Amino acid sequence: MNIVTEQKLHVTKPLNLKSGNVLKAYELAYETYGQLNAKKDNAVLICHALSGNHHVAGYHEGADKPGWWDNMIGSGKPINTDKLFVVCMNNLGGCHGTTGPVSINKDTGKEYGFDFPIVTVEDWVRTQKVLMDALNISKWQFIIGGSLGGMQAFQWTLDYPACVSNSIIIAAAPKLTAQNIAFNEVARQAIMGDPDWCNGNYLKNEKVPKRGLALARMLGHITYLSDKSMAKKFGRDLKEEKFNFNFDVEFQIESYLRYQGEKFVDSFDANTYLLMTKALDYYDPFNEVDFDKKITISNSKYLLLSFTSDWRFPPSRSEDIVKTLINYNKNVSYACINSDGGHDAFLMKNDNYFEVMRNFIENNIDG
Amino acid sequence: MARKDFKIISNWVKPNSKVLDLGCGDGNLLQILSKERNITGYGVDISIDKIIKSLDNNINVVHTDINKKLDYFKDKSFDYVILAQSLQVVDNPVNLINEMLRIGNEVIISFPNMGYWKSRLYLFLKGKMPITSELPFSWHSTPNIHLCTIKDFKEMCDLNQFVIVDEVISSNNDEKGSIRLLSNLFGESAIFKIK
Repeated sequence: MNIVTEQKLHVTKPLNLKSGNVLKAYELAYETYGQLNAKKDNAVLICHALSGNHHVAGYHEGADKPGWWDNMIGSGKPINTDKLFVVCMNNLGGCHGTTGPVSINKDTGKEYGFDFPIVTVEDWVRTQKVLMDALNISKWQFIIGGSLGGMQAFQWTLDYPACVSNSIIIAAAPKLTAQNIAFNEVARQAIMGDPDWCNGNYLKNEKVPKRGLALARMLGHITYLSDKSMAKKFGRDLKEEKFNFNFDVEFQIESYLRYQGEKFVDSFDANTYLLMTKALDYYDPFNEVDFDKKITISNSKYLLLSFTSDWRFPPSRSEDIVKTLINYNKNVSYACINSDGGHDAFLMKNDNYFEVMRNFIENNIDG
Repeated sequence: MARKDFKIISNWVKPNSKVLDLGCGDGNLLQILSKERNITGYGVDISIDKIIKSLDNNINVVHTDINKKLDYFKDKSFDYVILAQSLQVVDNPVNLINEMLRIGNEVIISFPNMGYWKSRLYLFLKGKMPITSELPFSWHSTPNIHLCTIKDFKEMCDLNQFVIVDEVISSNNDEKGSIRLLSNLFGESAIFKIK
């Protein structure tokens, strides 16, 4: 069993955020797996999604559950730590170690809370580059991410083209649709409408907007699954044998969603959730003024993956990215994986998915 | 072992050109072309197994159905669009060829000739749809829904104003002499370049 421990980087150089705000100093929490070779050409950056964190693989001391992508990353796995040095960082604004709303603002001596500035995908990429420099890595052999993580893997090739050899973008989209933003807004309203949110200052008031955050998670969770996978897992199964004709939990799916919501509240911060959804909403690289110039320079190889039952970021959204990359003559491959897993399929074991990953990675390990 | 039509296609393709291979299978043709002709480009296939194999062969490959509009690819954005031994499996050959002509400056198509004497003899003697080593399927469970002869193909080109600029009819070696005169009878497979 691989025991991993969190590491921290203290950064004192101020960070100019896309919003115009400045973060004077901040901490980045990260984990690494495998060994960086002498030539330093086997480094991999994993970018996490909305509710993810830097604990992507292996086990923390005494833990019974591994990191969130342990099926993909490890010895002999598609992202093979026998050959690769894997780095994953908790994104800025997060709530698992990197500076975010729950961290203490040195200027005030209190938690940032709702005062934490809005962060974007571009800001995350910038801070990942800060970590990269601190680790003395000059080029990532692979940058890999699913969903919001895929957006970061793409953005890297635009912002630091000389620093990426291969970008693997899984179940992502070039921008959110109105429907995607709508779901995010309902999630935000659930949180901000909870009286315990206290206008964002719940920490000062020693409260937690549990109801709102749980609701946001329940809503999100529905969009991560597919109709088919829910039907298969829960159907119309009841907790008890019969209808009780009341509003308590009766169907298994209700019980499951409530459990997911409650579990999430224990491990996630409501203001971080708000920030992450905003980062998603704002992302739209194709419509940035310098996109044409940036994508022209990119020399990265790309692999895009989508899943048939994903309706949050359906295959057509990945295909939009593929089309653009082909239009700019980039080295790009694309596979659409048959799966009932919905958006969350990118986190699940699937033979075709893993073979695509393994073959692409194996063939591009040495430049 | 390189397929016979791959060798001829490789002879036709100019060095350093940009190639799109529809129904690319394991990506072997693109591998040969990048080695021998230093081409760039993409393969396209509908089968995830073929995508996985193409990635193993380090080929750029796009997982999509060539029967649908190929809007991944812009007008005249490739030097060559190739359809090697897959014409017979497409839903609508004329639509696809029009789409290939939209995307590429030149189109290369290879296909098995159903007018080959062995196929004719098979049907004549057995009274059944030919089953050969290249086309090993029963009529009711075959992906090959649009088999044709060389004569059929040329008629289709005439009818749709597809201009044939080059053609090679390949046969087995014993029949080389006869092929010029009676290509539709002695050609096992055909390769056409059209514009």
